[in-house]
Order: sequence, then structure tokens, then C-alpha cells
Amino acid sequence: MTGFLTVLRRELRIALRRKGDALNVLVFFVVVASLFPLGVGPEPNQLRAMAAGVAWIAALLAALLSLARLFAADYADGTLEQMLVAPQPLAAVVLAKICAHWLLTGLPLALVAPLIGLQYGLPADALCVLLVSLLVGTPVLSLLGAAGAALTLGVRGGGALLGLLVLPLFVPVLVFGAGAVTASLIGINPAAHLSLLGAFLAVSLLVGPWASCAALRVALD
Amino acid sequence: MLETSALACERGGLRLFSDLGFSVAPGGLLRVRGANGSGKTTLLRALAGLTRPAAGAVRWRGEPIGDGYRGEMLFLGHAPAIKDELSVLENLEFSASLAELKNSDCKIALQQMGISRLADLPARYLSQGQRKRAALARLALSAAVPLWLLDEPFAALDDEAIIGVSALCATHLAAGGMLVLTSHQDVPISCATTRDIELQ
Repeated sequence: MTGFLTVLRRELRIALRRKGDALNVLVFFVVVASLFPLGVGPEPNQLRAMAAGVAWIAALLAALLSLARLFAADYADGTLEQMLVAPQPLAAVVLAKICAHWLLTGLPLALVAPLIGLQYGLPADALCVLLVSLLVGTPVLSLLGAAGAALTLGVRGGGALLGLLVLPLFVPVLVFGAGAVTASLIGINPAAHLSLLGAFLAVSLLVGPWASCAALRVALD
Repeated sequence: MLETSALACERGGLRLFSDLGFSVAPGGLLRVRGANGSGKTTLLRALAGLTRPAAGAVRWRGEPIGDGYRGEMLFLGHAPAIKDELSVLENLEFSASLAELKNSDCKIALQQMGISRLADLPARYLSQGQRKRAALARLALSAAVPLWLLDEPFAALDDEAIIGVSALCATHLAAGGMLVLTSHQDVPISCATTRDIELQ
């Protein structure tokens, strides 16, 4: 637990001193989501139908953008090496890094997403579902993405590889996340979609840190 | 006591050394020598449990190294593990609490390394040598950690800092600690039982 809190506090402190990184991701999300109406035209019904998908895909891409940096700096300056030889369990350290990643990217994205939804003319209850689906779904992106980031650590052109590796894993999150919003739009209860999203979160909470630890040990061998 | 038996390591398919057997007893110093690329760093990383040996085993107190070992070992590699965004003191406090060392002594440790006036400076303004000093301040906190594994601890340091670090090492050894270090410099460290191994 000390290891978890120590690392979480440090990650947040560093982020506070490099505000640009977190802000970039958020601006990227807003810009990508705002480009779609310019491309497909201002037809209100069409925009409303595609709002959830656009918000979710923009969130996936924004998460991907930030995941490439998750372990890279610690790898380069030797901190990761120290984390591996420290008596604190590596899983706690990795989980803290994942938590910090979500607090700095996933959470702000989820909170801004209703504004994007408003831009697309989503009704109030669909906005709520979009917010909830992102709150439940974005931690999955951080958890599974961390494993991908650890696997591509130290690989040249790791960023592109990371996308190929983790985007397919994000498919269920995209399907159920965007599906929940679409369901609420056509008057179906979105609870089933959200429950499945929650189940996916539980599984990735189990798998993500474990896989990341194993991959980090290999990367530093 | 740290022991290896028939230890062999490879890097990218190239055998660096094989059949390496030695032991370090309390109060013992082991100097690892060898040309560039002869496997000094790899040996130290294998002793730290970071690199898996191709053959053989590393044993600590008679057991193969495992989770408990990490609490009794300090490994300082080439990379200083210093974050530019944090101050010198914050960096040391973080590595101390990650290693479960006492946080309260950090200021004293910086003083011992002669960098107490840099405590609140963001680490990005440090010179190479100051960075190394900040990393080595961990030593002053780790008196209770029995085994020190130091990879090129004297690189980039000035004479004054080298004397300070070798004094810390000597104190550690006199108190029954163990030390394995790689170095190209012949820095004298007073110790009862010194052993050298030369990697080919």
C-alpha cells in the first residue's frame, strides 16, 4: 500500500509540473471529436446517431496517444529498474501508474465528453449515459493499454506497434460503451451494456497489472 | 552471504561469461573488473535479480534469490533514476520510500554527499556529477541494507565525492555489510577481505 501511494503521489506531482502532457490529450480528444461534423455535414439526426461512436473513438485515440509515454520516461532514466528491485511489490507500483494515468487522461476525457455530446445534440439522459459509460470504460483503456505499453517498451517504432496491439483489445469497450448511449437514444435501458462494461473492467483489473508486470520484467531483462 | 554457482550470462546470444562461482561474506568487498563489454553490468544485474542468468544460480543466505531478497539489497545502476521535474530532495524521498528506507534522514544524506544546498532545486538543472551524487545519496540512507551492488559508482564524480563515497562504503563494510562494485578506477576502499574477479 505504501508503494502504491508513494508512486501515485509522485506521478501526480510530476504531472502537475508538466501540465502540457495531460492537456495535450484532452485537447486532442476535443479536436478529433469536433472534426467529424465538419467532414460529414451538419445533418442533426445523423450527428445525433453517430455522437457516441465518435466520442468513444476519439477517447480511444486520445488514450493511445498518452499510453505510449506511460513507462517510457521511467524506462529511460532508470526509475523502472529501481521499481523492479524495490521491496515494494511491482504490481502495486504498476497499478499506481495505471491509476495516475486514468486520473490524468480517462477522467478528464469522461468529464469533457458530455460537452462533445451537447455539440452533437444528444438529449440529457443520453449525455448521462455517455458520461457513465466513459467513467466505467476508460479505466479499461488504461489497464489494458498499460500491458501494451509495457510490451512495446524499448522497441523502435513502439508507438505504432502499441496501436496495433491494443486497439483490437479495446473493441469490446467501444462496442458496449457506444452501444449503451445508442440504446438510451432509442429508448432501451442501457443497464445491460453498462453491466457488461463493468464486467470487462473487473476482468482487466485482474489481467492488466499482472500482464504489465510480466512484460516489464521481460523488457528490463 | 551472497553466493553464485556456475553462473553464466548471455547478451543477445553472445556468451559473456560462464562457470562463474564466488561468494561474498559479511564485511567482504568484491571488485568486478574487465574491459568494456566484458559483462560487468550484466553480472551486477544478474546479482540484483534483473537479468535472468543463462545457467547457474545466485543464492542469498543459502536460498535462491526471491521476493525477500529485494528488501536486503541495494542496486544502483548506470542510470541515476532521477526525475527532472522533481527537486533533488523529492527524488531522494521517493526512492527512499520505494525502498522502504527512513524518509526523515534524506536531508542528512544530501548533506553527506555535499549537495544539501541543491535540495530544493529541480533536478533538470543538475550537472552530470551532481546527478550522480544525488543518486548515491541513497547509500547514506542504506546503512541497514546488508548488500550493496554498485555499478560504476565513481563515474562522473570529482575527487571530493569519490572520497566521500568510498568512506561510506568502508563504513558499511566495517559494520558487516557486503559490497559488490564494478569500477574502472582503482579507488581504495579500506576493507578486511577484498576479492577481485576479472571478466574476460
